[in-house]
Amino acid sequence: MYTEHFDVIVIGGGPAGLAAGIYLSRSKLSTLVLNSGTVGGQLILTHEIANYPGVESTSGYSLARTMKKQATSFGAKIKTIKGIEEMDLKSDMKRIRISDEQEYTAHAVILAPGGNPRTLGVEGETEFKGRGVSYCATCDGEFFTDKEIVVVGGGNSALEEAVSLSKFASKITLLHQFDHFQAFQHAVEEVKQNEKINIRLEHVIESFYGEESLKGVKIKNLKTGEVEDFATDGAFIFIGYVPNTEFLQGCFPLNDRGEIPVDANMNTEVKGVFAAGDCIAKKYRQVTMAVGEATAAALSAAEYVHNLKQDKKQ
Amino acid sequence: MLDTNLKHIDSADAWQQFISENENTMICCGRMGPMCIPVYAAMEDLEGEYEHVKFADMEFDHPEAHVIRNAPEARGFMGLPFTMYYKNGKVVKATSSIQSEEQIREILDAEFAK
Ligand SMILES: Cc1cc2nc3c(=O)[nH]c(=O)nc-3n(C[C@H](O)[C@H](O)[C@H](O)COP(=O)(O)OP(=O)(O)OC[C@H]3O[C@@H](n4cnc5c(N)ncnc54)[C@H](O)[C@@H]3O)c2cc1C
Repeated sequence: MYTEHFDVIVIGGGPAGLAAGIYLSRSKLSTLVLNSGTVGGQLILTHEIANYPGVESTSGYSLARTMKKQATSFGAKIKTIKGIEEMDLKSDMKRIRISDEQEYTAHAVILAPGGNPRTLGVEGETEFKGRGVSYCATCDGEFFTDKEIVVVGGGNSALEEAVSLSKFASKITLLHQFDHFQAFQHAVEEVKQNEKINIRLEHVIESFYGEESLKGVKIKNLKTGEVEDFATDGAFIFIGYVPNTEFLQGCFPLNDRGEIPVDANMNTEVKGVFAAGDCIAKKYRQVTMAVGEATAAALSAAEYVHNLKQDKKQ
Repeated sequence: MLDTNLKHIDSADAWQQFISENENTMICCGRMGPMCIPVYAAMEDLEGEYEHVKFADMEFDHPEAHVIRNAPEARGFMGLPFTMYYKNGKVVKATSSIQSEEQIREILDAEFAK
């Protein structure tokens, strides 16, 4: 087993993780950013970022590239990993094992694993992704011109996307599991007034089926328990967001939504562990917030490591 | 032109030349949207590691991108990007919509084993 030590390890290389990497390495702390997936996280998914102060308009992709360059230029090491096999965040010396051969230790850890759009997790969903099942109206809407589709979800994004898809599709069936929508009233009104949209509350998709592409879905009426074969050419899924904290389940304090509770300085309930970005318990999720929280987390971690080193000297 | 660091393919002739002159190739045909960008980013990441594979992108809306858009292997595709893997000029795998770096790696290892 090869063990390498750093002052601070950051888990996640999205805007929060990269911002923490910039601040920590500029404070002359040896810093490792461990990231699974693409460096930049959800930021790279955004075609145009027009609300990042000081940058008039840029693509998320290029903003992420600049953040990565900044972090590495100050000395942060960024490592792409498949996942974390084992970790001990509660001891004074934090330990993270990424494979049978490699582990890392650090005085402090910043958790910044972000989040991802939620999937339904039912039969056929993965199989028909890109062949009828989609998570992006602006990307794939035009493939469904004059076709009949279903949209799943009851929040603001589901309702807004249903309206935007009505420019392409001939008919939309909007399915939602509850008996009311969770969206703003104006969004609900817009959906209700759209002649192409047919609403079915208390209905869920049980499975997707088809051949080369999607042919239909099995829909369950939650009130009657009845299951119906529903022919459709496409299904767009907008059912919210899930924090990437499965790897912390059972071994780290999370709230009932799987988010990490933090205080105003981004301390978690575990000494020496800080958190920032979309994984923490909060209402709004934006790049500016992720970067701001990561700044606080990095400064808190820097102070923590500095005090620890001072104590050891005395 | 797509805003990536990949080689850009800008005509049907260039596409033909690229897939026939290189044994193993991967071409991602898309736009600068949330389903396509992660695929380009993964390809950029993997380019250094898979030296025996040549990577490129092509704009989905380019008229000559019909070579990918209308390929028989892309029949039934309804999600961007359309990603094609060629061995000696022949399609060995095609995917529609976003793929993770892990999923791409699995395809590269299976289709273009060293
Ligand atoms: C389509 C879309 C458009 C958006 N548009 C905007 C916008 O215009 N303006 C705006 O301000 N915000 C926008 N957002 C929100 C913004 O992208 C997020 O708030 C921001 O990216 C959160 O940053 P983060 O670093 O906390 O998490 P993420 O960006 O999710 O990054 C987390 C990173 O950690 C990695 N990771 C996960 N688990 C692990 C693990 N166990 N080990 C190691 N690494 C791990 C992930 O793969 C990822 O790379 C948009 C989001 C989406 C999806």
